[in-house]
Amino acid sequence: MMNLTLKIWRQANATTKGKMVTYPIENVSPDMSFLEMMDVLNEQLINKGIDPVAFDHDCREGICGMCSMYINGEAHGPDRFVTTCQLHMRKFKDGETITIEPFRANAFPVVKDLAVDRSAFDRIQHAGGFVSVNTSGNTQDANNIPIDKHDADKAFDAATCIGCGACVASCKNASAMLFVSAKVSQYALLPQGKVEATDRVLNMVKQMDDEGFGNCTNTGACEVECPKGISLENIARMNREYLFATVKG
Amino acid sequence: MASLDSKIPKGPLSNKWTNHKSHINLVSPANKRLIDIIVVGTGLAGASASATLAELGYNVKSFCFQDSPRRAHSIAAQGGINAAKNYQGDGDSTYRLFYDTIKGGDYRSREANVHRLAEVSTNIIDQCVAQGVPFARDYGGLLDNRSFGGVLVSRTFYAKGQTGQQLLLGAYSAMNRQIGRGKIKMYNRHEMMDLVLVDGKARGIIARNLVTGKVERHGAHAVVVASGGYGNVFFLSTNAMGSNVSAGWKIHQKGAHFANPCFTQIHPTCIPVSGDHQSKLTLMSESLRNDGRIWVPKNIDDVKAIRDGKLSPTQLKEEDRDYYLERRYPAFGNLVPRDVASRAAKERCDAGYGVNATGEAVYLDFAAAIIRYGKEQAHVKGLDENDAVLVKKLGQDVVRSKYGNLFQMYEKIVDQNPYETPMMIYPAVHYTMGGVWVDYNLMTSIPGCYAIGEANFSDHGANRLGASALMQGLADGYFVLPYTIGDYLADDIRTGSIATNTPEFDAAEKAVVDKINLFLNSKGEHSVDYYHKKLGKIMWDKCGMSRNAEGLKEAMVDIKALREDFYKNVNVPGTDSEFNEQLAKAGRVADFLELGELFAKDALNRTESCGGHFREESQTPEGEAMRDDENFTFVSAWEYKGEPADAILCKEELKYEEIEVKTRSYK
Repeated sequence: MMNLTLKIWRQANATTKGKMVTYPIENVSPDMSFLEMMDVLNEQLINKGIDPVAFDHDCREGICGMCSMYINGEAHGPDRFVTTCQLHMRKFKDGETITIEPFRANAFPVVKDLAVDRSAFDRIQHAGGFVSVNTSGNTQDANNIPIDKHDADKAFDAATCIGCGACVASCKNASAMLFVSAKVSQYALLPQGKVEATDRVLNMVKQMDDEGFGNCTNTGACEVECPKGISLENIARMNREYLFATVKG
Repeated sequence: MASLDSKIPKGPLSNKWTNHKSHINLVSPANKRLIDIIVVGTGLAGASASATLAELGYNVKSFCFQDSPRRAHSIAAQGGINAAKNYQGDGDSTYRLFYDTIKGGDYRSREANVHRLAEVSTNIIDQCVAQGVPFARDYGGLLDNRSFGGVLVSRTFYAKGQTGQQLLLGAYSAMNRQIGRGKIKMYNRHEMMDLVLVDGKARGIIARNLVTGKVERHGAHAVVVASGGYGNVFFLSTNAMGSNVSAGWKIHQKGAHFANPCFTQIHPTCIPVSGDHQSKLTLMSESLRNDGRIWVPKNIDDVKAIRDGKLSPTQLKEEDRDYYLERRYPAFGNLVPRDVASRAAKERCDAGYGVNATGEAVYLDFAAAIIRYGKEQAHVKGLDENDAVLVKKLGQDVVRSKYGNLFQMYEKIVDQNPYETPMMIYPAVHYTMGGVWVDYNLMTSIPGCYAIGEANFSDHGANRLGASALMQGLADGYFVLPYTIGDYLADDIRTGSIATNTPEFDAAEKAVVDKINLFLNSKGEHSVDYYHKKLGKIMWDKCGMSRNAEGLKEAMVDIKALREDFYKNVNVPGTDSEFNEQLAKAGRVADFLELGELFAKDALNRTESCGGHFREESQTPEGEAMRDDENFTFVSAWEYKGEPADAILCKEELKYEEIEVKTRSYK
C-alpha cells in the first residue's frame, strides 16, 4: 500500500480561472488503475463535503478515448501505449507527489477540472472523415475489391486512433497533425477512399486550421505519447496528399 | 392487460422480410423532409440508424451522453461480427446462422426476427467494406474469418481485437457525413431524462445538457431508443462506466413493456477481480478460445501449492491438468457457448479448484497453440521443427499478430506475461439479452417509440452467441428500422412539426426538474456509488450465474429496502447548473434500483433454466440447464405499475414453424 500526494488542477468551468490544489491520499493499492485511485479520492472528498474532481472516462479498457489526464508532465502518464484508465498505480512509488492536469490546448477548452471539450476533433471529421457511400446495403460484394494485405494492415494501424487528443496535449504547438493524418491515411490507403482523397485532405486540414490547432514542427512528441502508437509516417503521408491535392487544385 | 401483437408477417419464414418490405407504407422523399426523428444513443445501432435515416431524408436529432458519438461502448467490442457469407466454403448459409442463433439462444428468441437478422448479415459486411472499415485480410487481399463459440463454421469477420471500434468508426463516419450536410443535429454530452407522450404517441424527449445542466425539450414524430444494455446493474461488469438503463427504463415507465430482464450474459473470459477498489471488469475476447485451452489442476494439492506461490502453472504436467471443457463437451470443446463455459468455470471454482488467491479464476493457456503455430512456421520457412526455442519464438509471433493488443492489455492490468504463463480468467457480466419489448417492426408498446440494438430484447433469446451483438446493432440500424419506421410515419406527413410549449412537455419537464431537486436536496450520508456497489453485490450474489427461489425473494426485498434508503440518505454534491457527474449518476442508479427488483421478479417467475438463466431447481443430474418448454416457451414482457413488485406479466408465446425445439447439447 502506498501513500501519495496529489496536485490536481481545479477549475469550475470554461470561464473561471483554475488553480492547483493538493490532496493527500492513503492506502493506494499498486493493483489499482489510476482512475480507480481517483474514484477513491472522490469518494473521500464527497464524504468530506468537498466537490469531487471532474474527469472524463467511460470504457476503462483503453479504447473509447474519453479519459484524458496529463500526469507528471505526460499525456496519460509515465507508461507507454496506455490510456490513463490502463495506467496502474504500480508505476508510482510510495510517498510520490503526482501532478494531474487536463489536456491543454486552445482548441480543447476546459469543461470542468480535468474534463476538456474535444468536439473540434468531431468537426474535423464532419469536414471529410468519411467515404461518401449510402448505407443502403446495395453495394458490391465485399470480396470484389481485394486489398493488398500490407495496405490493409497500414490502413488498420492508422484506424486504431482512439481520438483521445494525447497528441495535441503532448505537442508544444498543440498541433493535431497526428490525429488528422491518421484519419486521412486510413482512407488514402484504401481504394474506397481514393475517389474523394483530394477534397478530403483539403477540407479536413482547413477545418483543423480553423479550430485553432498549432503547426507541426516535427518534434515527434505526439508519436511517443500516443497510446495506440500511431506513427509519424502518417503525417508524412498527409503532407504528400495535401501537396498533391493543392497542385491538382 | 395491454395486448402484445408481435406483428410477425404471414407467409413462409424465408420470405417474410422481403414480403413485408414490399408491402409496408412508404414516406415520399418530399415528405421525409417534414418529419423529425430523435435517436438516443450512438453505438452501432444508434449511429447506423441516425446515418441511414438522415440519408433517407428525415431530420434526425441524435443524443449521446459521451463527449463524442464515437465513444459509445460498442467501441469496446473486441472479437468480431458474424455474417453468413460462406467465404470459407465450410457449409455456412443464412439458414445455418439463423439456426445457430436460435439454438444458442436456447429457443427463447423470436424466430422471424432472427431469420431476418441472418438474412441481412451479409449486407452488413458489404456495407462496412464500402465505408472503408479495415477488416483483417489474407495475403490474397480477401477478407479473413475466424470461429466463435457455439458454432461449427468460421463466419466471424474481425479487425484484430478491435472490431467494435472499427465498425463504430464506420457508422460514425456515415453520421459525420450527414452532420456535415446538416441532416443530423448532434447533441453530445446530453442525457435523455424522459419520454414525452402526446395522445398516447411518442412525440419527444426531455434531455439534459450535462455541461450546463440545462433541461431541454425536443419534439419529434418518433423516438428511437438505442441506449444499450443494463449490465451495470451489477456494478461490476464489462460495460462502460456510463452505460445505463435509464432511457429504456423511462420509456418502460411511460408504457413500454420490458422483456426478459433476467436474461443476462455472463462472459466466461474476463480478468478476475483484484480488490474492493475495482470499478469495472475487463473482457478478454472470446476469440482467444480459438487458440487458448481452459483448465484447472486435477489435484487439490496442486491448487493449494499454486495459490501459495510454491508451484507455477507451467510446471504442472499434462496429466495433472483438467481441461474441463474438453472433458465435458468433446464436440465443441473450448468453444462452447458463453453460458455453458461460464457455469463450468463456476462449477470448478465452487468445488475449490480456483487458481488465484480469491479462488475465483481458471487458466486460459496458449502454450499448446504457440507450439502448434511455431512448428507450422518452422516448416513453412524450412527451419528446424525440433528446435524448442525457435519454435516458441515463431509461435509467439503468430499469437502476437492475432491477439497482440489483448495480450498487451492483460499484461498492463495483471502485470504478468501471458506469452510465458497462462492467463487467469473468470466470468463477468457482459451483455443483456433482455430489454425493451418490440414488435417485428422494432416498435415498443408505445406508438412511435422504437428500441434497437442491445436495448431491445428480440434476437438473442436466453443467451447471445459471440460476435452477434455487432451484427444485431448494425442490422437494426442500417437495414431494419429505417424501413419499418416509414410504415408508422406515413400517417404523420401532415402533422407538422411537434410543438414543445404544450402541457405534456410542461408536465414532463417539471417531473424531471423535481427529481433533480430531490437528489440535490437529500443531503444524506452516502455517496451514489455506495448504493450502486450494494445493489451490485445483491445482484451478483442472488441473481448471478446461478439462482434459486429463496435468494431471488430475498433479492427483491433487499433491493426495495436499498432503494428506499437511497431516496432518504443519498448525498449528491454540487448544483444542477454545472458539469455534475454525481447528479447524472444518481439518476442512473435510481433507475437501476428499480430494474434490479424487476430482474429478480422475472428470474423468480421463470422457474426453468434456459441459456444464461440458471435456476438451481431445474437442472439435469449432470448439472446441465433444464428447460421447461411446456410452461415457459414465451417472452416475459412486464408492464409498469409503479413499484417493480407490482409489474404485470404479459406473455408473448413463441411459436417455432421452421425449427424443431430440441434439448440444447454441445457434447
